[in-house]
Amino acid sequence: MPAPRPISSVNDFVIRFANVNGSGSASANEMFARAVMRMGVPVSPRNIFPSNIQGLPTWYEVRVTEAGHLGARGGVDMMVAMNPQTWDKDVAMIEPGGYLFYDSTKPLPPSRFRDDITVIGMPLTAICNAEYTDPRQRQLFKNIIYLGALSALLDMDPNVLETLIGEQYRTKEKLIQPNVHALHLGRDYALKNLKCPIGLTVRKADKVGDRIFVEGNSAAALGAVYGGATVCAWYPITPSSSLADAFTRHCAKLRVDPQSKKAKYAIIQAEDELASIGMVIGAGWNGARAFTATSGPGISLMQEFIGLSYFAEIPAVIFNVQRAGPSTGMPTRTQQCDVISCAYASHGDTKHVLLFPEDPREAFEFGALSFDLADRLQTTIFVMLDLDIGMNHRLCRPFTWDDKRRYDRGKVMTAADLDSGREFGRYLDVDGDGIPYRTYPGTHPTKGSFFTRGTSRDRYARYTEEGGPYVDNMQRLIRKFETAKDLVPRPLVAHAKKPGKFGVIYYGSTSPAMDEAAEMLEADGHHLDRMRIRAFPFHSSVPGFLAEHDFVFVVEQNRDAQLRSLIVNECNVDPVRLVPILHYDGTPITARFIAREIGQRIDTLHGRPVAVS
Amino acid sequence: MTYLTKPKFHHPGLPKNALGFTHRDYEGSVSTLCAGCGHDSITGALIQAFFELSIEPHRVAKISGIGCSSKTPTYFLGHSHGFNSVHGRMPSVLTGANLANRDLIYLGVSGDGDSASIGFGQFAHSIRRGVNMTYIVENNGVYGLTKGQFSATADRGSKSKRGVTNTDNSIDLAAIALQLGATYVARSFSGDKAQLVPILKAAIEHKGAAFIDVISPCVAFNNHAGSTKSFDYVREHNEAVNRLDFISGRAPIEINYEPGTVQIVEQHDGSRLALRKINADYDVNDRTAALGFLQKHAAKGQIVTGLLYVEPDASDLHTHLATVDRPLNQLGEQDLCPGSAALDKINASLR
Repeated sequence: MPAPRPISSVNDFVIRFANVNGSGSASANEMFARAVMRMGVPVSPRNIFPSNIQGLPTWYEVRVTEAGHLGARGGVDMMVAMNPQTWDKDVAMIEPGGYLFYDSTKPLPPSRFRDDITVIGMPLTAICNAEYTDPRQRQLFKNIIYLGALSALLDMDPNVLETLIGEQYRTKEKLIQPNVHALHLGRDYALKNLKCPIGLTVRKADKVGDRIFVEGNSAAALGAVYGGATVCAWYPITPSSSLADAFTRHCAKLRVDPQSKKAKYAIIQAEDELASIGMVIGAGWNGARAFTATSGPGISLMQEFIGLSYFAEIPAVIFNVQRAGPSTGMPTRTQQCDVISCAYASHGDTKHVLLFPEDPREAFEFGALSFDLADRLQTTIFVMLDLDIGMNHRLCRPFTWDDKRRYDRGKVMTAADLDSGREFGRYLDVDGDGIPYRTYPGTHPTKGSFFTRGTSRDRYARYTEEGGPYVDNMQRLIRKFETAKDLVPRPLVAHAKKPGKFGVIYYGSTSPAMDEAAEMLEADGHHLDRMRIRAFPFHSSVPGFLAEHDFVFVVEQNRDAQLRSLIVNECNVDPVRLVPILHYDGTPITARFIAREIGQRIDTLHGRPVAVS
Repeated sequence: MTYLTKPKFHHPGLPKNALGFTHRDYEGSVSTLCAGCGHDSITGALIQAFFELSIEPHRVAKISGIGCSSKTPTYFLGHSHGFNSVHGRMPSVLTGANLANRDLIYLGVSGDGDSASIGFGQFAHSIRRGVNMTYIVENNGVYGLTKGQFSATADRGSKSKRGVTNTDNSIDLAAIALQLGATYVARSFSGDKAQLVPILKAAIEHKGAAFIDVISPCVAFNNHAGSTKSFDYVREHNEAVNRLDFISGRAPIEINYEPGTVQIVEQHDGSRLALRKINADYDVNDRTAALGFLQKHAAKGQIVTGLLYVEPDASDLHTHLATVDRPLNQLGEQDLCPGSAALDKINASLR
């Protein structure tokens, strides 16, 4: 079989860096992604890393995509293989006709290579050893040297990289020159000794626009700052820890009183997840906006308190940065696997509000909104991120804020309200929307105090175990949940070019892959209307969308089709009409996967009636 | 159990405090605990302490966990907000509430099951953080609501009502609180109001984590021969280190005690504690000695009561976090939201 032609592509390829955890490669690789972006070409980078600090394999994948497809694509066009430990798998992963860049200091037998790819060897270790004596420098500058070589191989503008080095070491100026030197060391070697450029190149474009490049966890934390959160209680857990870290950083910049230098926030690293949600609920009960950030195992631990928040009606916000479960699962891999455990968290009859941001921009938006919703609905609001959104830099629309926007503190009676003679019953539904009024502790010397409890109580917060008042209260909680349907972000619908009988429902980080898959399916003549669910409870347009289509694919990143279950349960739809498309191996879902799976099923559904055995 | 509601009217001649309130204004609903329960005596002591301190009832937040003791906040300070939270989790709820509004007085009410077993971790961490609170454990050595199982403070060798002997070691919460850095630690007995009320008053005025272990016999399940938390046992084995008189910074009172037997401790807010020393060599400012003293007497089967330790210049969690003076729950958009101009700058830094 003749060797395939080397892949030739401008501004549309996937490059993957295979490194060893803790070798300092992360910042060099991120600089590569930024350089492509600064050249006006959209990028979508992803960290693939182990639950470990040093010594294990780690990968950084950059999708260069002038068309702006920000989902994971699948497949690798060029491998920068810097980790001998994973060499064989890394080499095997390259697409036929792709490229392999490696450190050729130590010769490898031909059997370790493939003849259907272009192999580019560069003696990186030898170059470093000749240039540097300090072992740490040899390691760190090796990363910058391969970056320089790549700039030549991919025909990138070296000035962009120099500018980025200058920005990165703005505060450590004496590091700029040595890094620039290392960059040119690599670039010059490549230009002199290697065939440059290869078939993959980056060409300046104007496709990034005013978009920003940010991690979802940082964006969500910024949303919490803008949304008025003052209390953050958290317990470290991958992949959510960087959200609390980011909140700490943002607050240090944005929330310190200029005169007194004192903090307009309080952050507690709690002893466990039970304490962190307990603190959030204590603060919410007392009128502060409070949140915690966690992941699946933390949600499991918080169940009892979440039920208390539901039943005693106390505002709380939980950012759940989902990772692959069950149990400890795959702590550094992504999934959308906590939909059910959050929607129906805790014992007894409960239902909770979930928000599904698609990217950092929505993580910011929903992060801020969640505090208004928590106060308005007096319950826990879950912001459902996942590792793919939370821990990767994603290109997205810039953050916006309307300075006229006011916080919605919900139904709170003040001392003046109480003095005016208005009746106060903590669990009294005066407006018919299921939402009662509350008072903050310490409001009034003689009026408006009440006892908060997780036990059953009547409309005036008096303890009771009688069936009538219990049912009355549970029915009101359902009315409140109905009210929530019109308060949460609505689903967004995109119609296919031609009307058809197929629809697709998706949510969260699946979004960019789904958009791209829709284009691929459209090209194959498969027309699908798309609905992106942005919140639970489902808006009335969700059952409407289901009614308009014979079959609706539900694309999600878990094994058990959790959102589909939720739709079946809450929208009373015939499950046969909801076709699950499930991706749950811990890697982000790809457009290729979705297009293939949906395409095959459409063919089946068109070809013959569904066989019933 | 009392099932008749107390009439609201009261004798016009009842003594009034500086705010013009009588002690009736500090009461709550009628107790539903067993008649003679030690916890009701603690409730009475709390009512007296808040009355005598002339604290506005609504400026107090009462927070509890689950259990007999945790039910008591309904029985006092009826005009305060109360929160009967989750078993063993009072400390975290109280910590969060305290972060939200530093201006209220926080009273954490817990029991030995709530604090020494299921909530041992939260008890420990709230103390080591220095949350400004009065943390009371109403300690009866037994699970009352579930009918008489041993708790973790039950002494080794003590007998349950059903005749079972406890073979596990007991936890001394006061000793643990000392180790964890509580800045006010005391132990008392529900049946000794003269000792308990001043201890409560000083704890309420203390700025920092104040912990009080109150031995409170359970009349239903732990007041029999063989119990080490019964009224008789505690009275016989009580070793009081001092008698405390509390003098509020706001209302100084003459002190009439003989010099040499009285130690005055001035707290951060100007309030003063006058200690009538029963045990002459006891120093309330020596944490290490206090621990040794507790252990020495525990070995002899004695229950040390009194003020065990106080750090007069204590700091609290808000000091450690350097939070603003205004309560966080009173900050609005203008204080908290950086606005669109700041956001534009952030956007620019992300390109």
